[in-house]
Amino acid sequence: MQQFLNTALSGLTLGMVYAAFALALVLIWRSTRIVNFAQAPMAMLTTFVALVVIDAGHSYWLGFVAALVSGLVLGAVLERVVIRPVEGKAEINAVILTLGLFIVLHGLAAVVFGNRYRSFPAPFGLEGLTVGSTTIALNGFGIFTIVSVLVVMGLLVALFRFTDVGLRMRASAFNSEVARLLGVKVGAMLTLGWALASLVGSLAGLLIAGGSLVHPSYMDSVVVFGFVAAVLGGLDSPLGAVVGGLILGLSLSFVSGYVGSQLVALAALVILMLVLTLKPGGLFAQAAERRV
Amino acid sequence: MRDRITAVRRNVLARHLFLALVGLLVVVVVVESISDYRNTQLASMAYLGIAAGGLTVLTGTNGQLSLGHGALMAIGAYTSALLLPDSDSSLPLSLVILAAVAVTLVVGAAVGLAAARLHGPYLAGATLALAVAVPGIALYFKETLGGEQGLRVVMPDIPVWVLDLAFFVTGQDLSRSRYTAYVGWLTLIVVFVLLANLSAGRTGRRWRAVRDDEVSAELAGIDLGRARVSAFMVSAAAAGAAGAILAFTVKLAAPSAFTLTLSLTLLAAIVLGGLGSLAGALIGAALLTFLPSVVTDVGRSAGLSDIQAAELAPLVYGLVMVAVILLAPAGIVGSLRGAVQRSATTRRTTSPTTTKGTAS
Repeated sequence: MQQFLNTALSGLTLGMVYAAFALALVLIWRSTRIVNFAQAPMAMLTTFVALVVIDAGHSYWLGFVAALVSGLVLGAVLERVVIRPVEGKAEINAVILTLGLFIVLHGLAAVVFGNRYRSFPAPFGLEGLTVGSTTIALNGFGIFTIVSVLVVMGLLVALFRFTDVGLRMRASAFNSEVARLLGVKVGAMLTLGWALASLVGSLAGLLIAGGSLVHPSYMDSVVVFGFVAAVLGGLDSPLGAVVGGLILGLSLSFVSGYVGSQLVALAALVILMLVLTLKPGGLFAQAAERRV
Repeated sequence: MRDRITAVRRNVLARHLFLALVGLLVVVVVVESISDYRNTQLASMAYLGIAAGGLTVLTGTNGQLSLGHGALMAIGAYTSALLLPDSDSSLPLSLVILAAVAVTLVVGAAVGLAAARLHGPYLAGATLALAVAVPGIALYFKETLGGEQGLRVVMPDIPVWVLDLAFFVTGQDLSRSRYTAYVGWLTLIVVFVLLANLSAGRTGRRWRAVRDDEVSAELAGIDLGRARVSAFMVSAAAAGAAGAILAFTVKLAAPSAFTLTLSLTLLAAIVLGGLGSLAGALIGAALLTFLPSVVTDVGRSAGLSDIQAAELAPLVYGLVMVAVILLAPAGIVGSLRGAVQRSATTRRTTSPTTTKGTAS
């Protein structure tokens, strides 16, 4: 029973991170119809920025903010310079382009920061909390993970629902032509969308790195999990991404706890194939239209 | 005589066999004239070339993008490793390669069946998941698949008739790395002839029709699913053969060799060379094999440390890959072909309005 509870709790924490990462993918997919496979190395790069700041003797929080800001800038710059030329072109070109970016950012990090494992600090204790006399698998950093993802999601919902910019972003994602006719600067909105997505991705990177090791490829499997989570939710819906992330986090945690941690990626593959064959529009799809 | 030459040029099979023969001669000359170290590099180029050839047929001819070819190579390599556990195994290498191809073909059929329903980013994501998942299987079944250390591949002794033949042709004794290079390049030539014939014939036309327009292809009586699955199976079989050659070259099948990087590298190779072109796949494989040492030297002389310089190569071909997609989506071979065709049309016609680039 205790193992069950602990597995579920760590699955919940992990699920929140996958949800954040899936949300980053969904934000970009909604606005530009591109699955940004380069999201993983982008987040990795910004986490290294945080590590440099922290290693220079500054506080964890300064590094945290530096990573998020550099994520924002990186997303905007990449969209403006690299992605803009292929927007609306053959989808295979966009996919190959993001994979090319994947290799570039990987290589860049390996050259600049070194291709080795480095430990990344956590701002809160990694000791499990004690309830009564038993220790449970939820630590201070886990709570921080859950809270920070929830806060970011709340802010995003507020941005899209209640602000003028959010409305313009939704308009350009919904129908760029009409939005442009109505005076929305669609290009700027797309750049902003990429920047925000990259920020959310950076947050996921920081949360995975906390109290663990970072390496140029430490996010590689996360992009797969984030993608699976996003597809679970239908790739189009932010809420779906969050629910998909939680479902995936829990399932993978149980596979890891009861079968073997080596098979986690295989389990993700099986889940992905099941979703794509049985419910290609995601768990919350209503109208069955050809999507995949 | 002239008529006969044109007849050979017209006949696809004859042309491919002729090219294969020329290729074989070039291979013999090159392998015999370079050092053992270079021969190992040449063998690496062979397995990258075989896998890239399979991938370029899938992506360029059929329009399916696979990031799972590294994983398929892993299956071929592990099959070979299981068949060559110690020096007592008397299995000829050709049978080992065929077995690797057969096993990968079965896996490829399963993956292809699932992949046939997907397109674009969905297919990329699903095959990406495959690439990440497969090394985990080797880690999980530690007893049979060797876990992190992997399986050692023990190459059987070179058959006597091969030694005799090599001595008869070249007058030199055949060293082991030369032998591996020969095995790799012979496999490459066989695979390329098969791939070239398939994509030049009816099967290839069907694949291209499905790539270009699903609805028209279906109206013309082409079974979309069958065309997609068959393309994936052919491509997977090539990846299996590549995996076998990799196992022979590296003499080890370990999960660390089949990371996501390998799959992305193969994609880089076919994008650099030009999607859909076998020659392009070969050029891409050559770049991937020989560029790293050049780039590393440049980096070292520019003041980077050895470790940093070693990481420069992926950065360079990633940048080139991005640049190719942005500036010349047809790749090296496609752009050259386009330029040649353009200049040919300009020469033939006086009106400049007909000089339209046909590279696609």
